[in-house]
Amino acid sequence: MKPSAFEYLAAASVDEAIAVLAAHGGEAKIIAGGQSLVPMLNFRLLAPTILVDINKVPGLDHITPDGDGLCIGALTRHHALETSDLVRERFPVLCEAMTHVAHLAIRNRGTIGGSLCHADPAAELPMMALLLDATIVTADSDGAREIPAKDFFDGALSTVLEEDELVTEVRIPALPANCGWGFEEVSQRAGDFAMAAAAATVSLSNGAAVQVRLALMGVGDTPMRMRGIETQLSGAPLTAETIEAAAASVVDAVDPMSDLHASSDYRRHLAQVLTKRVLSDAWQRAGGTAQ
Amino acid sequence: MSARCDIKVSVNGELHEACVEPRLLLADFLREHLNLTGTHIGCEHGVCGACTVFLDGDSVRSCLCLAVQADGAEVETVESFGRTENLNPLQEKFREHHALQCGFCTPGMLVTCTDLLKKYPLASDDEIRDGLSGNICRCTGYENIIRAMRAAVRERDEANR
Ligand SMILES: Cc1cc2nc3c(=O)[nH]c(=O)nc-3n(C[C@H](O)[C@H](O)[C@H](O)COP(=O)(O)OP(=O)(O)OC[C@H]3O[C@@H](n4cnc5c(N)ncnc54)[C@H](O)[C@@H]3O)c2cc1C
Ligand code: FES
Ligand code: FES
Repeated sequence: MKPSAFEYLAAASVDEAIAVLAAHGGEAKIIAGGQSLVPMLNFRLLAPTILVDINKVPGLDHITPDGDGLCIGALTRHHALETSDLVRERFPVLCEAMTHVAHLAIRNRGTIGGSLCHADPAAELPMMALLLDATIVTADSDGAREIPAKDFFDGALSTVLEEDELVTEVRIPALPANCGWGFEEVSQRAGDFAMAAAAATVSLSNGAAVQVRLALMGVGDTPMRMRGIETQLSGAPLTAETIEAAAASVVDAVDPMSDLHASSDYRRHLAQVLTKRVLSDAWQRAGGTAQ
Repeated sequence: MSARCDIKVSVNGELHEACVEPRLLLADFLREHLNLTGTHIGCEHGVCGACTVFLDGDSVRSCLCLAVQADGAEVETVESFGRTENLNPLQEKFREHHALQCGFCTPGMLVTCTDLLKKYPLASDDEIRDGLSGNICRCTGYENIIRAMRAAVRERDEANR
């Protein structure tokens, strides 16, 4: 189908975009890469009265060092994240995750800001923001605010953003020292949305795993951090037994939906298997010894 | 009716000026306004790849881009590739390896393959398959497209040696 009619404005600045959003209440929509929005317009699932295009707003497309972390502009394309040397050096887990996002033509266009705001429960970037304790920086009529990723997603395709609020950048703090990582995903074909995925980071300190982080997606309305399991695993070496126990706890902690692509039981099974793989990969990459 | 917008778009090296509705998709602008019907429309939501074109040098879905967003940009469609009497090297590989039957997916395949050849090593057939996973072909069963790409990769790597 074709979209219903709307007005169009190519914003020249963040302030101009916000002013138009504020003037139109919920009737205006931002368009960034358009890779999630335009399908919804074509299906007429959405019929905004005006689209505010931010592609020509200067200063939103950059990947810059922020201490030992990174500051990523909202308009940074998926393909730029996938191929950035800075991302590969500092957050190899993010680099790996990006190779699973959609197809090249979509990665050429889609943006990190758009992916976070669209908040698809099976999208990689929301899970990575949560795993990496990212901060989402926004601007609206009242000024700017910083939203921790853990407070950003409040349901499937839903975030805490106000109607006139724009994401401007994403800040990712440095990983702890001696940090290993794991990322695993199962989808029907390469580039399809995941049926389930898991990611972990583990640091090694005096032979023990510390600052363990574990995130899952595709098994709930939003990506999830498994904080109970993280605490349970921290402070001792990871062994086949502790990883097995963590995976068993994941099975009890998630309550996935069934849909066309996978049943709830299959997704729960995937969560368990992928948890084992990412914890074990992260531990080995951190330099932990097999026990 | 929404206000129309004036746009200037270079398509296959030729500058076009038009006044279009904001909701007009780039795919429809190319096909309906410029009569460049080589760009095909299959699904209109980004999953089939038939509408893939180059926008400022990168492959994109023309069904997920508005014509107004191409204002000031350079678009290249399959019409900028070779013609029947002088196929470009990738088209030549498609012909040699029978990588098309009905040809509906071919324009999108050619654009996608060209961008993949620019951006990825494509060292294995699996990597080629992953790269083509966003382009649907209902005829060939893909194997011959993989063969054509394998030959194109080999030629690229020999030329770069
Ligand atoms: C065939 C296909 C397969 C895909 N597969 C995957 C996949 O495997 N994994 C995956 O993660 N994604 C996938 N995607 C989605 C893709 O990653 C999108 O790029 C992404 O979800 C949205 O980014 P965008 O820049 O295109 O946003 P848009 O489509 O432009 O916008 C999406 C939403 O976010 C809002 N928005 C955008 N930018 C901002 C901002 N800066 N501030 C506030 N609001 C904003 C818009 O108003 C809109 O509501 C796929 C898409 C397609 C078409
Ligand atoms: S028509 Fe654009 S991807 Fe199918
Ligand atoms: S050749 Fe017919 S769809 Fe690919």
